[in-house]
Amino acid sequence: MIRTFSESEFLFIVASARWTLLLTLLSLLLGGLLGFIVALARTSQLAPLRMLAAGWIGMIQGIPVLMLLFLSYYGLSMGGIDMPPIVAASVSMALYASAYLGEIWRGSIQSVAWQQWEASAALAMSRAQQYRYVVLPQAVRIAVAPTVGFIVQLVKNTSIVSIIGVVELARAGNLVNNATFAPFKVFGTVAATYFIICWPISLLARRLEGRLNARRSG
Amino acid sequence: MPVVQVEGVRKSFGAVEVLKGIDLTVERGEVIAIIGRSGSGKSTLLRCINGLEGIQAGRIEVSGHKLDASGRGLRELRKDVGIVFQSYNLFPHLRVGENIMLAPRVVLGVGRAEARQRAEEALAEVGLGERFDAWPDNLSGGQQQRVAIARSLAMKPKVMLFDEVTSALDPELTGEVLATMERLAEHGMTMLLVTHEMGFARRVATQTIFMHQGKVWEVGPSEQLFGAPQTPELRQFLGTGLK
Ligand SMILES: Nc1ncnc2c1ncn2[C@@H]1O[C@H](COP(=O)(O)OP(=O)(O)O)[C@@H](O)[C@H]1O
Ligand SMILES: [Mg+2]
Repeated sequence: MIRTFSESEFLFIVASARWTLLLTLLSLLLGGLLGFIVALARTSQLAPLRMLAAGWIGMIQGIPVLMLLFLSYYGLSMGGIDMPPIVAASVSMALYASAYLGEIWRGSIQSVAWQQWEASAALAMSRAQQYRYVVLPQAVRIAVAPTVGFIVQLVKNTSIVSIIGVVELARAGNLVNNATFAPFKVFGTVAATYFIICWPISLLARRLEGRLNARRSG
Repeated sequence: MPVVQVEGVRKSFGAVEVLKGIDLTVERGEVIAIIGRSGSGKSTLLRCINGLEGIQAGRIEVSGHKLDASGRGLRELRKDVGIVFQSYNLFPHLRVGENIMLAPRVVLGVGRAEARQRAEEALAEVGLGERFDAWPDNLSGGQQQRVAIARSLAMKPKVMLFDEVTSALDPELTGEVLATMERLAEHGMTMLLVTHEMGFARRVATQTIFMHQGKVWEVGPSEQLFGAPQTPELRQFLGTGLK
């Protein structure tokens, strides 16, 4: 029986965005934390740490997200850990985010002029103080645009987790479309919802960037 | 006891030996100029004195802190050694006052009020008392360089190293930075400065060192060194360098 695309179908799709949002948020928090550590390791003075971080980035970037997803989902459940798919989904997206954010932030840290390291070292600052007070504040400015670009990608890429049964935005659209055969209405709604999530992120980034840049010559 | 003591220091980059056994002593209150051709090792020597470069042999001691090949005690030494480079390297994300207060606060652990007072005093010393709240980007090159000097002074170093600090500046801005350095010298600061400003070296430095091919080639009271150079290399350098 074919249902019509009515208010309840519309609301079902929009409401499923909460999983998309939750997934983005979790993978961003977890992946951001891990990515920050990766970026620090990647710019460390200790060669083994640098190599470890480079290996991590290379490995994660060389594996399709889909495989990360299967590995987390089946790997964790085979390890005897029973968990809702959303957890496996968050873990895999977090791993994915850690490599890309780590790489973006490594680049941002390294694009701070080396003379800034030298000037702060000459003032007897420790390596940690150099990061905290001199390098990271400047790296943040550089990192804003590419980081936001990645977050927007991340929001859209969460659609992949529908494969392990998480009914997020894309999956919800699929389900409703199968029942209604109203693809333009259904996927128009899905696309609009993605847009409504991503658009403010870009706007916020532009404002943030403007503020950070105004601050140094204001 | 001398503020800076350098004995038999050797430094190589890969296979190239850049410093070939340097001996040098700076007494308290002395102003020593280092002159010499580009590539003779002047910058490297200054960078070794505050441990920005390690050394392969010899001994460096600055106000009681020893620096050897192991690199221990580096930060303690750097607290007593200010260095200013050709490029000013101010922290662009911090206002002038914050640039100066940062290291006293986080490295020496002085309180906010004292750090602010140090910064104000240091800015007054370089003649920029009014620019505490300015952004570095809004200052001229000469002003930025004077802020860089103030930033070092706020650490209350025992000796200041200057590496061609006016070389990136237009002639009219060079003067204000040289005047700042001269005032520091008058106020008793111990200084070791690499410079191309021969007139300044001759007038302000008590001693001048001529470096050549990684060695201290000739050294003496500035008046004597400029007035009666002993070696053909120095005579040639001054002949082309002065004009
Ligand atoms: N980081 C470095 N790596 C390799 N060679 C260097 C480095 N720094 C300086 N040198 C070399 O050491 C020599 C002395 O340089 P420098 O001390 O800068 O001379 P100066 O300041 O007298 O012009 C030059 O030949 C320069 O190329
Ligand atoms: Mg030099």
